[in-house]
Amino acid sequence: MLTRRTVLGTAAALAAPAAGRAQPAPIRIGEINSYSAIPSFTLPYRNGWQLATEQINASGGILGRKLEVISRDDTGKPQDAVRLAGELLDEQKVDILAGGYLSNVGLALSDFAQQRKRLYIAGEPLSDALVWQKGNRYCFRLRPSTYMQAAMLVEEAAKLPAKRWVSVAPNYEYGLSTVKWFKALLSAKRPDVTFVGEQWPGLGKIDAGATAAALAEPKPDAILNVTFGPDLTNFVRQGNTRGLFENRSVVSVLTGEPEYLEPLGDETPEGWIVTGYPQAQVTTPANTAFIAAYRARFSAVPGMGSIVGYSLIQSIAAGIRRAGALDADKLIDGFSGVSFETPFGPASYRAVDHQGTLGTFVGKTALRDGKGIMVDWHYSNGAAYLPSDQEVQALRPSAG
Amino acid sequence: MSFLAIQFLTGLSGSVSLFLMSAGLTIIFGVTRVVNFAHGSLYMLGAYIGWSILTRLPHDPLWFVGGVLAAALATACIGAVIETTLLRRLYRAPELFQLLATFGVMLVIQDLTLLVWGPNDLPMPRAPWLRGSVTIFGDHFPAYDLILIAIGPTVLAALLLLLNRTRFGMLIRACTENRDLAAALGINHRILSTSVFALGAGLAGLGGALILPDSSANTQMDLAVIVEAFVVVVVGGMGSISGAFLASLMIGELQAFGIVLLPGATLVLVFVIMAAVLSVRPRGLLGDAPIPSAVSATGKPMRPVSPRIQLFGWGLVVLAATAPFWLPPYWLSVLTEILIAAAFASSLHLIMGPGGMISFGHAAWFGLGAYGSALMVRTLGAPMPLALVAAPLIAGLLAVAFGWFVVRLAGVYLAMLTLAFAQIVWATATQWTRVTGGDDGILGVWPSGPVPFFWWVLSLSVVSIWLLQRVARSPFGLVLIAARDSEARALSVGLRADRLRMVAFAVSGAAAGLAGGLFVFATGSVFPTYVGVGKSVDVLLMVLLGGINTVIGPIVGAFAYTGFYDLLLQTISMWRLALGLTIITLVLTFPDGLAGGWRRSRS
Repeated sequence: MLTRRTVLGTAAALAAPAAGRAQPAPIRIGEINSYSAIPSFTLPYRNGWQLATEQINASGGILGRKLEVISRDDTGKPQDAVRLAGELLDEQKVDILAGGYLSNVGLALSDFAQQRKRLYIAGEPLSDALVWQKGNRYCFRLRPSTYMQAAMLVEEAAKLPAKRWVSVAPNYEYGLSTVKWFKALLSAKRPDVTFVGEQWPGLGKIDAGATAAALAEPKPDAILNVTFGPDLTNFVRQGNTRGLFENRSVVSVLTGEPEYLEPLGDETPEGWIVTGYPQAQVTTPANTAFIAAYRARFSAVPGMGSIVGYSLIQSIAAGIRRAGALDADKLIDGFSGVSFETPFGPASYRAVDHQGTLGTFVGKTALRDGKGIMVDWHYSNGAAYLPSDQEVQALRPSAG
Repeated sequence: MSFLAIQFLTGLSGSVSLFLMSAGLTIIFGVTRVVNFAHGSLYMLGAYIGWSILTRLPHDPLWFVGGVLAAALATACIGAVIETTLLRRLYRAPELFQLLATFGVMLVIQDLTLLVWGPNDLPMPRAPWLRGSVTIFGDHFPAYDLILIAIGPTVLAALLLLLNRTRFGMLIRACTENRDLAAALGINHRILSTSVFALGAGLAGLGGALILPDSSANTQMDLAVIVEAFVVVVVGGMGSISGAFLASLMIGELQAFGIVLLPGATLVLVFVIMAAVLSVRPRGLLGDAPIPSAVSATGKPMRPVSPRIQLFGWGLVVLAATAPFWLPPYWLSVLTEILIAAAFASSLHLIMGPGGMISFGHAAWFGLGAYGSALMVRTLGAPMPLALVAAPLIAGLLAVAFGWFVVRLAGVYLAMLTLAFAQIVWATATQWTRVTGGDDGILGVWPSGPVPFFWWVLSLSVVSIWLLQRVARSPFGLVLIAARDSEARALSVGLRADRLRMVAFAVSGAAAGLAGGLFVFATGSVFPTYVGVGKSVDVLLMVLLGGINTVIGPIVGAFAYTGFYDLLLQTISMWRLALGLTIITLVLTFPDGLAGGWRRSRS
């Protein structure tokens, strides 16, 4: 099982050219992610980018060259990510850096990319700072940020009669930032709303029973949940048994993503307003084709990570095609405003802040045949949940 | 009133898995003196094995009990295998060296778990009887949590009966009190160690399986519990099962009420409690077992490096100075990191070797130096040289203040207090967002160019290591060793052991701070991970791997560990398995550490 470091698109080998013809060197993408630290997200994500690479190479590559992805494990530590990024640039001679899951890894890579004047395309990191406060011209980001996810949920939360809110979020940047934006945006739409309690369990260390009881104590009408993964499972089980969710509205970030919804199983609480991905329920041609190809290749149903990995490589291919060259300045021009196809439909990288307009699905949780699913969902296009260009420019002091 | 009662019961139920973990850890430590880093992995295996068994059994209470016990038994067997194949060969190695081996085991189990059970969280579907609640003062309280509350005292009673009323327990107590005497009286230490390790592993497995109705089996749970379990063991007093019970109750309750009063304090609560308890009771609540001697205690000052090796070392320094002309840029950055690691490890070696003080939190000084110099650059606009002066100053000054608390303790208690301090620094770095940038860290702290910076690193690391070795060989270093080996005799000739240790602590902290300052410019940024437990463990491993009783041990350890880790990370996806197996192999081959093994092979 010790795989070699270079994970080539295997389709490259299948679509081998006629013998003897000179093969132009492949375009190399240096990809870094938290494979060992967060396997439940990053392994479907790896499948996603492998599929995209194979598809691109099968249809002739980019600018007449094959695409090759060289992947590294950052172990969840920004210092390892920076060193490996150096290895990818200097030893592997990659043309573009990509990847990241944790926000601080994304920020470290973005800063390194600026230092080395090379492009870095962030997939998953959600921190607003990546494109705003600490944004720079070498960094683009695919997924909707914490601000955008909060704005999408606030739209629904504002329609609820609830006035007294409590929040529970993991005690680190992602949790803090999501709660901050949710409060600010909801209070702007609904001045009658008050936040009467908050809980900040350590990531992966939630004391779920005590947290659930403490949230119920101020008798709130509604709960904002930002926990995910193992913490979410514990929280939902204690909440269900203790009746925390009875007669209360719950708004919950990322809970509709298959990686986090699936473990809840037959205990999935019904009627939570969530962001996520309803998988095969989305019958657009793009998504149906993606699921079919993914199933054929990996005999599995794609998760949100698969979407991110797949769309990341598709967006990079589109950016390079539009740039027509691989030097950093041309690439920046090519990526700024480029449109690309994703299983969720077309998206683009905004020129103003390099934020991707890829959206996410907003809907409600429900229980079918002992499994949690999303119902009453709709696609929220990321472009509609961003501040005005003037506000964004003010938020982006260092990008120039 | 009803809220207080509910929260109290919640605290009780939360303390049970903590107690099962720490009871196992404390018995193992008592008999074998092994600080078992893999205990969290055994807990994780208990959960995964429990999941595999319980999801295949009928969902009624009797089968549940049977399945949980089977999982505990299976984990106990795994524990017995680890003890007989690995740890048994290491009991004569310097103390704490086994920690290195158990760390390797932890890495191996992480990758094997991923291989066997896959990356997804595995929740056990709850049978209806596990979902029920009882109404207490008008509020729902989970019925299963009531069962848990009963299990804690039951296990405690069973363990106390076993220890106090059976021959097996008598032997355990004898070995905990005095291993050598017990061995001299004909007690078969081998069988006893194996069975005690299996018992401890079984308790961890039981704890892991029992959380399944509340939580999923997942790949992060080993690291999530291990540090807190150590805290419970130390707060309770090492080797004391009743102490572990009391401490887990205390920490469970303080967590339950602490998050109501101070919701933001979750990251530090247990460490503040531990620091407070250790300040009042240096041996924990019920600790009366003799404190194990420090790591080395060879009774001899370290032999100075022979002139030939010194010459060889300086030759290497000269060769390294020319590296920018022949080493590719990436490998230059790896060498930069290795040099910083060597300076960092050497700073720890001063307090661990001559000082006789183990530190589980040495990253605190590294991180303080890192944040200090990054803030100098970012907020005051200071140039790099000034920031590199500030780094050791800041870390050294805080090390003096902290040293005042720490030098009164000894052994693993001292180590855990250093861990508590490091965690407090880490939480401050994470939560004081306005100054430290929180998790997003401080970015853009780059040196003017990689080549001049490499010379800065080379010269400062070499000077720092050279000075640390001078200190160790100076009269100060020699009296420090005297105070380590016999505090009473040192006192009687007028040496103040506590002051000596404080000075050593400050020097070591300052040197670590310098390494941290250099590391900021090597990576261009600083994040809370620089102060994290992982960083403290890394440097501890380097010192242990190199060999505690040699002067060049930390340098060899830093080169081997950092170089090997960097290499594996970029070549192999299952690097944890490879690194873990390598560490285990090295530990078995060189039980004196790499440098010690080399010296032995020559003599």
